[in-house]
Amino acid sequence: MFIVKYIKDIFSGIKSLLVGMRRTGYYFTHHKEIITEQYPDNRDTLVMADRFKGEVVLIHDEHNEHACTGCTACELACPNATIKIVTKFDITPEGKKKKAIDKFVYHLELCTMCNLCIVACPTDAIKMAQTFEHSVYDRAELTKILNKPGSKIREGIE
Amino acid sequence: MFNPTWAMTIEMVIAGVSVIGLFAALGLVLVLMERRVAAWMQIRLGPNRVGPKGMLQSLADTVKLLVKEGMTPDGSDKFLFNLAPYIAMMVAMLLMAPIAFAKDFRLWDMNIGVLYITAISSIMVISILMAGWASNNKYSLMGAMRSGAQIVSYELSAGLSILTIVVLTGSLNITDIINAQADGWWIFKGHIPVLISFVIFIIAVTAETNRAPFDLAEAESELTAGFHTEYSGMKFALFFLAEYINVFIVCAIGATLFLGGWMPFHIGNWEAFNHVMDYIPSSIWFFGKTFFLIFVIMWFRWTFPRLRIDQLLNLEWKYLLPISMFNLLLVTAIAILKWHF
Ligand code: SF4
Ligand code: SF4
Repeated sequence: MFIVKYIKDIFSGIKSLLVGMRRTGYYFTHHKEIITEQYPDNRDTLVMADRFKGEVVLIHDEHNEHACTGCTACELACPNATIKIVTKFDITPEGKKKKAIDKFVYHLELCTMCNLCIVACPTDAIKMAQTFEHSVYDRAELTKILNKPGSKIREGIE
Repeated sequence: MFNPTWAMTIEMVIAGVSVIGLFAALGLVLVLMERRVAAWMQIRLGPNRVGPKGMLQSLADTVKLLVKEGMTPDGSDKFLFNLAPYIAMMVAMLLMAPIAFAKDFRLWDMNIGVLYITAISSIMVISILMAGWASNNKYSLMGAMRSGAQIVSYELSAGLSILTIVVLTGSLNITDIINAQADGWWIFKGHIPVLISFVIFIIAVTAETNRAPFDLAEAESELTAGFHTEYSGMKFALFFLAEYINVFIVCAIGATLFLGGWMPFHIGNWEAFNHVMDYIPSSIWFFGKTFFLIFVIMWFRWTFPRLRIDQLLNLEWKYLLPISMFNLLLVTAIAILKWHF
């Protein structure tokens, strides 16, 4: 019946509007729910959401060692050509040649924080950091070398 | 020295100055209120830098707009372009005339107050069309056209819902309408039909004042800023102010028609309770009710998403108009059979 549907439409419409208004009314009266942060006043006590991704970093431990084998899986996974792995050959004590990274070049200005490189890495050498104050005066400063000077691959990582 | 002409002139100057003062005050208060309400409803804090708790934010914004250059684009129709914001303002000023702000306190007690309000408020669309047309900008024109379609259609159901109260009171005079509510506001006395017409009135005036969810005339995500895209500085501020003043006016009218204007809240025979209510000044009653309605309209704005133009016209022509016509019939029956209290 047309008229029944018409009236039903009106009531379901009004009901859905009231549901929405109840929600906003609840927020209006419950200020404890406020989620915005008073940045930069609270720089020291800033709470970041776990899923926030700021930039790609190469994890170094206290001996200045990392887990990157130079396999370039992250470079291949990146949709934006953000990562460029420059490899070199180290001579192991046994006199064999071994591939290792020379430079882990990361273009922050191209990165979309999509996380694909992190997932692709077989040795979990890289991760997403939560830093976000990335503004600089010169674009060149956004191209970063992620492996620290003098760092080398951790023993036992293949 | 005080012949009637002089007295009249002085009276008009005083009225004019107080209306302008009220406009300025309302602009500051309502903009701040809107930003606060918006922030809290969206789980934010809102302005909190300028002045204590951000109270002076709208003052700072006004000063900023005042010192900005009011540009007139080259390709525009200069005369109409500059005229439009003043017409918007003038309409708002004219609408102030019949509103009763407190007991025996109004600018002009005319016997066709309600008719006057509905007639004058339709002029608003002319200023919007003028602004959109004169800007020589497709966004502006599109916004103005939408606004025209919207205001013309929603005026019908706003008018019909106002008529229900006129039918019940039997008068177009604002004073008579308020006096008829001395023993109870129409929204309580008039049963469900008046409640329905109140809801329709609120929806229709939200649309008429071009506020979200009916803000298609501005629709910043589609039309940059709609009809006032090309406006800047003080001319933009006038449009902005006119929007808020119009919200105030329609809420004042709603409060007058449905919530008893400055009439205090009385419950039947509770003498003691009624006495306490009488002690609250009538202006506080009026402004309290008006600001409550303004809050409701802001609540709409920050809850509902914007309608598409076809949905907007559907809502009016397929739902609000038939319902309010039927409703008017019901109210007329109630008025003739004296079913209301
Ligand atoms: S997060 Fe995405 S865009 Fe950024 S470097 Fe990794 S794969 Fe490339
Ligand atoms: S970071 Fe991981 S994926 Fe990228 S080159 Fe190093 S080991 Fe391979």
